[in-house]
Amino acid sequence: MQQEVVLAMLAKEPSHGYQLRARLRQALGPVGEALNDGQVYVTLARLEKAGQVTAEQAPGQSDKSDRKVYALTAAGQQRVADWLSEVAWPRPDLAEFHLKLIAAAAARLADPIAIVDAQRRELLRRLRDAQRAAMAEPDGSDAALLLEGIVLRLQADLRWLEACERNWTGRKAH
Amino acid sequence: MNDTGSTSMVRARALRKEYGKEASLIRAVDDVDLDVARGETLAVMGPSGCGKSTLLHLLGGLDRASAGEIWLAGQRIDQMSERGLAALRRDSVGFVFQAFHLMDELTATENVELPLLLAGRSARVARRRATDLLEQVGLADRSRHLPSQLSGGQRQRVAIARALANEPLVVLADEPTGNLDSEATLEVLRLLDSLHQAGQTVVIVTHDSRIAATADRLISMRDGTFVDDTRLTGGTTGSLSALAGLEG
Repeated sequence: MQQEVVLAMLAKEPSHGYQLRARLRQALGPVGEALNDGQVYVTLARLEKAGQVTAEQAPGQSDKSDRKVYALTAAGQQRVADWLSEVAWPRPDLAEFHLKLIAAAAARLADPIAIVDAQRRELLRRLRDAQRAAMAEPDGSDAALLLEGIVLRLQADLRWLEACERNWTGRKAH
Repeated sequence: MNDTGSTSMVRARALRKEYGKEASLIRAVDDVDLDVARGETLAVMGPSGCGKSTLLHLLGGLDRASAGEIWLAGQRIDQMSERGLAALRRDSVGFVFQAFHLMDELTATENVELPLLLAGRSARVARRRATDLLEQVGLADRSRHLPSQLSGGQRQRVAIARALANEPLVVLADEPTGNLDSEATLEVLRLLDSLHQAGQTVVIVTHDSRIAATADRLISMRDGTFVDDTRLTGGTTGSLSALAGLEG
């Protein structure tokens, strides 16, 4: 499990292990089905060791990871802020970007629409480069075909960003 | 400011367009400032109803602003008379529309000749220029066809040739590929790119990321205002090989 994602799920407020897992389940739906609870706790343990998360055991509770309350340290918060402002590439991971928008909105750390805009800028720059390269190749060449693949993928990513923008704009209005 | 806007091809200050009244008042364009440099290709993107088409109509003198100032090549156009605006639209602005807006009963050549004849060119000069332009857009062999005998991409190329007829200061394109399939989009894409290479100033309003990606600069519009203004040239961090998954 990617460390930044686990950190970001704690950005809104300190949470029990089971709450954190419930948040991920809700955000990911069937996509998160394969997610192993153990992975989440292994990641949390690493983050604790790295000083980015604290784990407190509630009094009278067993030391099960589920029942501990996890919270971000200042270093953890900084790492989440850095992650939110960074534009992921190559091959933007859909789930990571999706969770970034959710975490940003839940913790009011950043405007999801601004994150979408930043991602779109980067994708359009790459689309511009790939398209120019494609147009410079003779029609039907092997290279043109590969470049067309890059262009189509970038277009698909950009269309998904449009859907993200529509969705998050709608949520803001309510 | 006492600025004549002479350095920009298109300049707008505090531009506003309102529809409706009081409670139902909508600001389609809401206090926008814009500079488009000579030779620049600018794309404006945004969701439906964000005001991007309205903006284009104001810049080209197709519609009057509620407030604000517009210059084209240093000339103030927002205060022009109707007659002045009509001449401006004919001589200095090239429009390209989503639905082509060709005259159905005229051939490709005649469609391109029309703005030349309206501008007072002789029939001979108009014919020569139209022939050159159709060749430039790759349609020399379709010059005698009616629009109904042309594909969508070919129609849009005729429309672009027509837009260029009077050597406009700026070409304004409103969703130029909105009605086209991907093959035809590519034709228009190449053509817009060649205009850009030739130093033509172009403003394109579009939903199509491929068209937007031909531009030097991208403005994102929402609720009548600019929310983002970015250069697409330079500053790319990813190489083509990384895009293709060859490294990293």
